[in-house]
Amino acid sequence: MSAATPARADAPGAARTRALRPRSAAGALLLLGLLMLVALVAAVAIGAAGLPLRQVVAALAGGGDDTSRAIVRDLRLPRALLASMTGGALALAGAVFQALLRNPLAEPYVLGVSGGAAVGAVAAIVLGIAALSPWVVPVAALAGALAAIAIVFRIAAAAGRMLDTRVLLLAGVIVGAFFNAVILLLLTFAEAESFRSAVFWMMGSLSGASWSAVALLAIYLLPAGVLLLGLARPLNLLAVGEETALHLGVRVERVKLVAYFVASLLVAASVAACGVIGFIGLIIPHALRLAWGSDHRFLLPASLLAGAAFLLVADTAARTLAAPAELPVGVITALIGVPVFVLLLARRRV
Amino acid sequence: MSERRDHGVTADVPAVAGSEAPRAAASAGAGGPAAGRSVFTASGLRFTYPRAAAPALDGVDIDVPPGGVYAILGPNGSGKSTLLKVLLGALAPQAGEACYAGRALAVWTPRELARRIGVVPQHEELAFPITVRELVAMGRYPHLGNWRREGEADRAAIEQAMIRCDVLGLADRSLATLSGGERQLVRIARALAQEPETLVLDEPTAALDIRHEMEIFELVAALAAAGGVTVVLVTHNINLAARYASRILLLDRGRVAAEGEPAAVLTRETVERVYRWPVVVERHPGPGRDEGAPQVVALAGEGDRGDGRGSGGSAE
Repeated sequence: MSAATPARADAPGAARTRALRPRSAAGALLLLGLLMLVALVAAVAIGAAGLPLRQVVAALAGGGDDTSRAIVRDLRLPRALLASMTGGALALAGAVFQALLRNPLAEPYVLGVSGGAAVGAVAAIVLGIAALSPWVVPVAALAGALAAIAIVFRIAAAAGRMLDTRVLLLAGVIVGAFFNAVILLLLTFAEAESFRSAVFWMMGSLSGASWSAVALLAIYLLPAGVLLLGLARPLNLLAVGEETALHLGVRVERVKLVAYFVASLLVAASVAACGVIGFIGLIIPHALRLAWGSDHRFLLPASLLAGAAFLLVADTAARTLAAPAELPVGVITALIGVPVFVLLLARRRV
Repeated sequence: MSERRDHGVTADVPAVAGSEAPRAAASAGAGGPAAGRSVFTASGLRFTYPRAAAPALDGVDIDVPPGGVYAILGPNGSGKSTLLKVLLGALAPQAGEACYAGRALAVWTPRELARRIGVVPQHEELAFPITVRELVAMGRYPHLGNWRREGEADRAAIEQAMIRCDVLGLADRSLATLSGGERQLVRIARALAQEPETLVLDEPTAALDIRHEMEIFELVAALAAAGGVTVVLVTHNINLAARYASRILLLDRGRVAAEGEPAAVLTRETVERVYRWPVVVERHPGPGRDEGAPQVVALAGEGDRGDGRGSGGSAE
């Protein structure tokens, strides 16, 4: 009786969603890939300068005047590429953390990586060494993130004989809280100007995009992406239970270690490049789960594509809505993301 | 329970037990254990959990012969689950050695083991909703690894396993919408999709009603009777173990209290000593092929509980 009732109730809902979405996972991936390409083209074509499309194409091809070439090739294109890679990296890391920690509330920053990065960046800004070189803040942020990854792992691994993901989650949250306190302490002693730039860094922005940042993130994202996509099936099994995964032939400890370190480093790289951009890593994997289910063979590549498309759209909006001023991109991700997510939740009938 | 399930089960179970039996034998024939070779062997197993006062396993020997149903019984905390974990290589014993098919468990990789042993753990909690078919298909992981796609043979194995456990009709349902009994059948189907030569179940019928309990014991007995699959199960149901198991291992506080055929193990003296409760042992009245199997009946306490425990306690 109790088993039959929900089945009957969800039948029409299931049929309706099925009609609205591509039938196969491959079709969905293709759709998301196209969406990302469109978003990428739009991000390069749209901007405060209001260049006509013809001029953008000419600039891309190496023609046109110097100004439009500089705008398109040195500002918009690297920024769009950085946005797509960061968005993809954050969504992918979020999906991996949700599976690793077996917790739907997990997101890329839940294990303290962003807190560590922020301590590094804010310290560099407040202490005044940020002015020495444009590389100081990213390097300091990366160092802080790596320290956070190491500290959280040490705590989680020391508490049990193997990596206990519940302890890992707890350690991440606690260490993150500690870092937040350190940040507030640093800000207390900051001058007005450095206070402002520290807060802006923490809100996250892609305005610092450069070809070198693009190259650095790409060098890391490619192998990390392949490694994480290869974990799709083991993560599927881990989502059922560690004991079950072990008995189905998964090297559970190895998978957890690889997932933790590779995804954390991915977050560290993206935070170092553009600060803390919230919400993508939580909402994109969830939205995809609601629409197409939780098979990580689909979910991981789809998160990469959808995250990229989403941050491209959000950043284009952030650049143009209040031009010449720029809105914080994290505000846009939340303003677009929350209503879409609420809509998806409301439609869910399982 | 839904109408539909009731219908399916009563119609299919007896037929399934007969007609499907040859397939199980054939599927296990390829990788099956050499005739007469023990499945699990272990001697002198000792294991103490960190900060535990007493060892969970305190010198356990075990020898599971191929074929048949091998039941591991014992009171709560007697070491059943720990023994199973050691036999499956999930825990390394502090002393003694456990082997599967004559090879030390430390030498087997998880994947090699998963191609030969299907395990139905006691507890599973899904982190995200999945369908019945998705869960059963996971049984192919040891054969496919991280990248290989499902082939014809894999799809056939998945479907056969679902037919065998009578859950094919539930294939597209979300696991969360199933009853406890249906869910357990689905998990057994996943283990069968591995096409294992040995099937290990940890308390497979805990919290199930009598029909599902009987269904699962009938199913594992049929799998074992076909000669292809060795079944090892941990259970608290002494009486069903007595009816369906070919051998029983009775654990008591980390030691083997008795081992052998049900009638030899389940004597009044042994059961009272191990469980510390007064019992009588009857014969199953039948009808059925297990007529005459020993059946343990626990007696009501005489007066207060302390008196009831008295006769068992003094037997130590």
